[in-house]
Amino acid sequence: MDEEYDVIVLGTGLTECILSGLLSVEGKKVLHMDRNDYYGGDSASLNLTQLYRKFRPDQAPPAELGRDRDYAVDLIPKFIIANGELTRILVHTDVTRYLEFKQIAGSFVYRDGKISKVPSTEMEAVKSPLMGLFEKRRAKKFFEFLQSWKEDDPNTHQGIDLDKHTMSQVYEKFGLEPGTQDFIGHAMALYLDDDYKTKPARPTYERIVLYTSSMARYGKSPYIYPLYGLGELPQAFARLSAIYGGTYMLDKPIDEIVTDADGKFVGVRSGNETVKAKQVVGDPSYFGAGKPTEGGKVRVVEEGKVIRAICFLKHPIPGTDDADSAQIIIPQNQVGRRNDIYIAMVSSTHNVCAKDVYVAIVSTIVETDRPEQEIAPGLQLLGPIYDKFVSVSSIYTPTSGGQSDNIFITRSYDATSHFETVVDDVHDVWKRMMGKDLTLQKRNVEVEA
Amino acid sequence: MSKQFQFKLVLLGESAVGKSSLVLRFVKDQFDDYRESTIGAAFLTQTVTLEDQTTVKFEIWDTAGQERYKSLAPMYYRNANCAVVVYDITQASSLEKAKSWIRELQRQADPSIVIALCGNKLDLAARRQVSQEEAKKYADEEGLMWGETSAKTGEGVSEIFTAIAKKLPQTAPPSARGGAGRPGAAARTGVDLNKQATAGPGQTEPCNC
Repeated sequence: MDEEYDVIVLGTGLTECILSGLLSVEGKKVLHMDRNDYYGGDSASLNLTQLYRKFRPDQAPPAELGRDRDYAVDLIPKFIIANGELTRILVHTDVTRYLEFKQIAGSFVYRDGKISKVPSTEMEAVKSPLMGLFEKRRAKKFFEFLQSWKEDDPNTHQGIDLDKHTMSQVYEKFGLEPGTQDFIGHAMALYLDDDYKTKPARPTYERIVLYTSSMARYGKSPYIYPLYGLGELPQAFARLSAIYGGTYMLDKPIDEIVTDADGKFVGVRSGNETVKAKQVVGDPSYFGAGKPTEGGKVRVVEEGKVIRAICFLKHPIPGTDDADSAQIIIPQNQVGRRNDIYIAMVSSTHNVCAKDVYVAIVSTIVETDRPEQEIAPGLQLLGPIYDKFVSVSSIYTPTSGGQSDNIFITRSYDATSHFETVVDDVHDVWKRMMGKDLTLQKRNVEVEA
Repeated sequence: MSKQFQFKLVLLGESAVGKSSLVLRFVKDQFDDYRESTIGAAFLTQTVTLEDQTTVKFEIWDTAGQERYKSLAPMYYRNANCAVVVYDITQASSLEKAKSWIRELQRQADPSIVIALCGNKLDLAARRQVSQEEAKKYADEEGLMWGETSAKTGEGVSEIFTAIAKKLPQTAPPSARGGAGRPGAAARTGVDLNKQATAGPGQTEPCNC
């Protein structure tokens, strides 16, 4: 530990591992540390022993659940949206060679007490109980409008300015019913609340295009998922970093972020060793997690809380046609909330649990002081729950950009259903650290026949 | 039509025993005296053709230095069909390290994994600290293959990989045949991100650069 590094990365969550990999490829000398003895931080996938150690340290996993090694239980419920930015990074960095992906079988939305499949084809749309006949025609016109939109051809705009008109105004123009608006805004544009309606329509347009193009890419749902769990993603980017010279130390307690008299970053202390670097980047848990750090400085603040309930089921979720994996969205309006409730379910098809076990995570943004009651509508859809691990996590955001003290902090994993905000954070941190935009260049890959 | 098999092979062993050099000799028939610890080593593959014209393609995973502070990811062991655990015959302690890696493999890897214990730096036999008898005895007790190599001269290198290749198709589970757990695009069963699908209108043009 006596060497000096360009960058020390703290925590092996996905955000930190993508950054570590990209920094190493860029030629930076990277030291990457984690206090845990496993990769992934808050975005890890745990085996049964690790899961029980985390949630129930006094209890051993029941033998009935099967072999420890068959499990990779995600701590955060997210899928990869097929046509999104994370996919692009995976392909550009060639990290795909360490991973294998499968589709998520279906995307469902809750309406009037039951769940229906989000239509993935025109055929399904025609049969879908989500809209009446006339509403289907109006919705068809709306989607045709989106599909034929060409930025530089005003004839395709039908008098709408995506940067001026609000999404509410666009809905009104096509005469869409509130239920349809819920479906479009929450199940396709994947907004967690209704704030988007009063804002310009462009981001919503872009989100719907992302959803439909992702849906079109593989067919069944807009999502893909890595075999052996989401924890494979940070591991794969960590390997990229290591291949480009990054040094890895797990199970390393981080005792202090050492700064000089001006508050600028000097190094990281672990026990009585201090390792120096020009910059540090890490997840909020290494920077006080909302509490003042050395010198009384608050480096991250809480901007909300998310509740997540990891549920083991012995059956597929009722009403999903026995899907081996699914996303179910409960739009806030349907259950009188401000934020949607999400259910993300995977199973042995994705090599994350024993056969005939299904792992569903129910999550939402906390609105009251009784968060577990808030997710009840989601838990009720699951049928009998074999076991349940509930956690309430703070979402932290850094108080400063880091340019003044060379301390760059990432954001906690939010309640959205995919990784696009994680990639936004990667771009943001990169720009703060490097003073320029992240541009992805294809690696020169050496592959022998 | 001759049979083809593809397997994932992982390297293990203490730093500086010559893991990367061994692979470099096997794959490219090269040796570099002053090779620094592994940087930028991409993904290497090498094919061995057996006497019966069966071809065995190894997809070789180097530790990329992640073994140094015991930070190898579970991903590394996952679906590995075979492992070459390397020690340095001039360093007795490196055999002890190799033994601990073998215990780790027995704990983490698939039970059917084929493990070869490999004593490297045979060109430095004059400074030998690990006798052939000692290493062979341990390998026999644990049911491992064993051989000695010199990545520098090439002695024993192709022999040990060929021996593994011969043992593999007979011992590997049927699921590994014709494509290991994490094979190239051709043998994937899931979705291939590298293949850009044609999609409906409204899609932004996928980037092929």
